[in-house]
Amino acid sequence: MKISNYSHEQLTRRLEGGELLLDLKPFVTRIRSNIPGIARDIALMYAGFETCPEDAFADFHVAVIRESGLLNWMKPRARFYFDGRPSFIPLPVSQSFAMLEWGLNWCVAAHGHQYLIIHAAVIEREGRAAILPGAPGAGKSTLCAGLINRGWRLLSDELALLDLDSGLVCGMCRPVNLKNASIDVIRRFAPHAVMTGPVPDTTKGTIALMRPPEESIAARDAPARPAWIIVPDYSPEASPELVPHDRALAFMLLAEQSFNYDIHGTNGFAAIARLIDACHCYRFSYSNLEDAVRIFDRLAGGCE
Amino acid sequence: MSGNALITRALLLPSLVTGLSVPEWDLLVRQGRRANLLARLAHRIIEQQLMDRVPPRPRSHLLSALRMADRQSSAMRWEVECILRALAGVDERVILLKGAAYLLSDLPTAKGRTFADVDILVPKQRIAEVESQLMLHGWQGTHHDDYDQRYYRQWMHEIPPLRHVKRGTSIDVHHTVLPESARLKINTALLFQSAIAVPGHGRLYVLAPVDMVLHSATHLFHEGTLENGLRDLFDLDSLLRHFGARPDFWKQLVPRATELGMRRPLYYALRYCSKILNTPIPVEVINELEPGKPAPIVSSMMDFCYQRALSPQHGSCSTKGSRLATTFLYIRSHWLRMPFPLLVQHLLRKAMRNSTARAWETLFTPAPEKPEP
Repeated sequence: MKISNYSHEQLTRRLEGGELLLDLKPFVTRIRSNIPGIARDIALMYAGFETCPEDAFADFHVAVIRESGLLNWMKPRARFYFDGRPSFIPLPVSQSFAMLEWGLNWCVAAHGHQYLIIHAAVIEREGRAAILPGAPGAGKSTLCAGLINRGWRLLSDELALLDLDSGLVCGMCRPVNLKNASIDVIRRFAPHAVMTGPVPDTTKGTIALMRPPEESIAARDAPARPAWIIVPDYSPEASPELVPHDRALAFMLLAEQSFNYDIHGTNGFAAIARLIDACHCYRFSYSNLEDAVRIFDRLAGGCE
Repeated sequence: MSGNALITRALLLPSLVTGLSVPEWDLLVRQGRRANLLARLAHRIIEQQLMDRVPPRPRSHLLSALRMADRQSSAMRWEVECILRALAGVDERVILLKGAAYLLSDLPTAKGRTFADVDILVPKQRIAEVESQLMLHGWQGTHHDDYDQRYYRQWMHEIPPLRHVKRGTSIDVHHTVLPESARLKINTALLFQSAIAVPGHGRLYVLAPVDMVLHSATHLFHEGTLENGLRDLFDLDSLLRHFGARPDFWKQLVPRATELGMRRPLYYALRYCSKILNTPIPVEVINELEPGKPAPIVSSMMDFCYQRALSPQHGSCSTKGSRLATTFLYIRSHWLRMPFPLLVQHLLRKAMRNSTARAWETLFTPAPEKPEP
């Protein structure tokens, strides 16, 4: 059954009972929460996602629970639990859904060692995937959010899951994280995009989450073959430029941005080497999303 | 045995996993993860050639845990190498303890085991030299508070843990195996005398088999927070099964425990290994330990506590009295660690420093659970 088929009451009840099994392909997450706002945000962001029966195998058991105590009565806070154990520091209740998202990222990065996990956005066009690695602030989420509203398919805005045997990459097609100025940039660029309300004062500033387009969600099972590594480099005055990037540097960047490169040892090294061999590497500086769409479309059209 | 957690039963009888339902798999993975035994289970399943019969979802968690454990093993070997290089100028044997010792001696105990810190043992008169050499090679002290320094250096069996600035790895440098202030007085000199060399590693040593078992037992049954209690009990079980096959092992065990002052921890180790893990122990050894065993009332109290504490610290395993048991064992560990006046002084000191609320916590609840990294 899809999340969109649940009424608000049904969803709330399932969350309170810890019986909501969200199918995040390739992982199933069992979620418990007693925070009303979370049901609303899950309904909004994960509408097109399936749930699993209560007795299915869950890869991760997580909870976001309101903290008790006098201090929390005045300033309500919530905490993320991984399988019953409190993890991370408590945050204001208004940040509950963002905390759930960050907590899920942690679950995958800390346990999903069947993949080489790279901190990068992944988008796809006609069977070919572009991997966009980069430090926070380089504009990868904004770029990714812009492109998926113009025909590219979203795999992930944050976690690229590389299968070491097949060399294919998958994502979970979860909501895209937008920060600060990016929120308004995307609102103007894609007025129909569905977003959560902005949450101010998080550790990352003001954030909002954007729902991926329907087509991306419908195809979220399908992995893609990497064709490009593109290092985004946003700067307010930059003129759009796609230039070949040093392959050795791209290798080092992917290794550095991988959560479990060291755990895979020589297999990890070989996997990144194969990935680099199979891809064209570019650096992309931009200041404007319309330019980005034009240049990425030309790339997908096979001009470069 | 029948009341054991699923993870314990699966480790004792891996063929059990061929008949598990989906919800049982869900529970098994969670208990294994929490008890730090998932990789060991993966290893046991592979050993019995049963991995093909594990459903794909749990299988990827088992293999993922095993991959992580393998990585920790190689990191641990490298860390030991770095320590030896750093201590090249110190003319003294370096004795590895616990996990690192099992690994470097290639014991089956190390298979699928997870590792965190390295523990080494050096004679007390060498501590200053070892510490300064480690510091020259990139390790830094962690407890900078005057009181903590004094607490470690005056009363403990180790100096404050050192952390490597670049690798972030930790090393505990011990000069004996129990705090100096502990009730149990250990004859440390004997441990040094019988240590055996690790082939191919120069001045690297591990404790002799009997001593290794006794140390593991002493460590576990003086521990206040038993987060890895079940894992440590499986270590003991594995050591006993492995060394137990050697001709003189069982004959030496109790006399050596008497000589070192470790009879009581050995008594508990053998009791709970056989009770919980069905470890085969010769009846003569049990009889040898009869004199001086705890009074029946103490014994039943310890059974109550350890049968709860030596199960995964997971919601599915908590029963009536789990909290009481962990609290009791936490207080007991402090009681064993130092004489009462010193204990009071220590807790008051902590209390004053941490504000009253925290002090009550320190007194009456086990250490708060560490957040996930």
